[in-house]
Amino acid sequence: MGAVRRIDAARAGRPGPATADPIVQVRGITKRYGSTEALKDVDVDVPRGKLTTLLGPSGCGKTTLLKIVAGLLDATAGEVLVNGKPISGPGPERAFVFQDFALMPWATVITNVAFGLEMRGVPKAERLETARHCIREVGLAGFEDRYPHELSGGMRQRVGLARALAVSADVLLLDEPFSAVDEQTRRKFQEDLLRLRHQENKTFLFVTHSIEEAVYLSDAIVMLSRRPGRVNRIIEPAIDRSGSPDEIRRDRHYLDTVEEIWHSLRDFVE
Amino acid sequence: MSSNVHSPGAAAAAVSGRPGRALARAAGALVGGPMLWRLASVALFCLTWEVAGRIPVSYAFPTFGATAAAFAAMVADGSLPAAFAVTLLPLVIGVTLSAVLGVGIGVLMGLRRGAEWIAAPVFIVLQAAPMAALIPLVTFVYGIGLTSKVLAVCLLALPVIALNGYKAVRNVNPSLLAMARSFLASPWQRVVRIILPDASPVIFAGLRLGVSAGFIGVILAELLITPTGIGDLITYHRSIANYAEMYASIASIIVFSAVTLAVLQTVEVALFRPEKKGT
Ligand SMILES: Nc1ncnc2c1ncn2[C@@H]1O[C@H](COP(=O)(O)OP(=O)(O)O)[C@@H](O)[C@H]1O
Ligand SMILES: [Mg+2]
Repeated sequence: MGAVRRIDAARAGRPGPATADPIVQVRGITKRYGSTEALKDVDVDVPRGKLTTLLGPSGCGKTTLLKIVAGLLDATAGEVLVNGKPISGPGPERAFVFQDFALMPWATVITNVAFGLEMRGVPKAERLETARHCIREVGLAGFEDRYPHELSGGMRQRVGLARALAVSADVLLLDEPFSAVDEQTRRKFQEDLLRLRHQENKTFLFVTHSIEEAVYLSDAIVMLSRRPGRVNRIIEPAIDRSGSPDEIRRDRHYLDTVEEIWHSLRDFVE
Repeated sequence: MSSNVHSPGAAAAAVSGRPGRALARAAGALVGGPMLWRLASVALFCLTWEVAGRIPVSYAFPTFGATAAAFAAMVADGSLPAAFAVTLLPLVIGVTLSAVLGVGIGVLMGLRRGAEWIAAPVFIVLQAAPMAALIPLVTFVYGIGLTSKVLAVCLLALPVIALNGYKAVRNVNPSLLAMARSFLASPWQRVVRIILPDASPVIFAGLRLGVSAGFIGVILAELLITPTGIGDLITYHRSIANYAEMYASIASIIVFSAVTLAVLQTVEVALFRPEKKGT
């Protein structure tokens, strides 16, 4: 376990480590839907320029937390700070990638990708150029004028990703972006995400329920408990990602970390 | 309503602003398979009619040939075009009014609780009411002129258009709305760029139902209130036992109504749902 730097929430008193330069700070977030308590007193710091994952069983409030950070949902209590300032709704420094893609079926790929820029009043020529660039970035060059129904699930999610990249937000919020695509596409997509993370100086906050995916991609993993979701612990898998994807997946640290998370989750379920 | 009704409508082409493409599509549809089957279906119908007329089913039932001849004669002597002009004026006014008001009120009801509470019950009651029974009442209020015919059209067309608009807006994909909000769309941009396009299939379904209700309204008004236009033509030819002419009048208004609805569908696809083109 030497490779895994971990902070046990139970021992730290108030969970959530103080990260040197957090771009997003979640402070005491509680969310109730009527009588169901989805989140309870959650604190998370999202470090700038890193990929942080929210990991937890289905229904533990991952989507809820991500939507609160996005400003799409109001919390019952607590606040979210972005760059030190409390948010009161969606903002230009955050962009969302939706689990169900949320593409406009009546619009072409390029119109969908340029949507955020259009809403911001960017002139047409300029936004189409940016959109074209982002479409190339996610590997969809040549599909600019297709409609979403002509694309596979994986390609649709790439459109969703390109749309989020196009608005050049600092923080990308991704809600289980690969849950609706097949395994090969998923792996390819994960590699692309790692590459993008190195190219672009962006912060990723990523939701998944896959332990392997979380360990493979993340700089930090925030583990949420079952409903009501609370921060159970934070793990920073120090995986060496210089090798090929297959080498990483055979890496000792990688396998150990997956195993360790699996054990702690199992303790938790029982 | 089936989504694959095509019409070689020039009107649609003019509205879409891409007359070349629309015409090419219409031409393609004419030679293409589906259009061939549709023509075959029409031909079969006419043949059945002809045979039934020759048996004859009833002495008041003319053959297809006799009806077509009567149609040609009525077009030639100008009585049919004149009747159409008379019928279409209140229909066009009434349907246009209903479309503008109905879509406007319907969308507003979908967007605002206040509008929903005030307007929805009225339309629900109106839609449930047996309108044919109400139409004679319109005469007492507005006499037998154009106004009462327009009112008859609106009474039938407005509720279905408004209620469809309302349902359409209520059922807009919430995920798309969240997407628009997260990409900082203003409330107005959300209405124009997300709600209206996403709601347009149901809004247009309402418009098509509204237009066919409008046809019912205007013909009912002509049969029950003001003996003019196509309604009068039907009544007149029946009274002097000109059955071929009577059938020609009825068939022509049916065909006209069907073509109008098909054109409406083409306009919808051209304007709002480009992804459904050519499917
Ligand atoms: N709009 C809602 N109304 C009521 N309950 C909700 C709503 N959205 C989510 N929930 C409940 O809150 C809990 C957390 O949901 P969610 O954030 O979607 O979980 P996750 O994304 O981790 O699967 C679930 O138990 C879910 O049933
Ligand atoms: Mg979820």
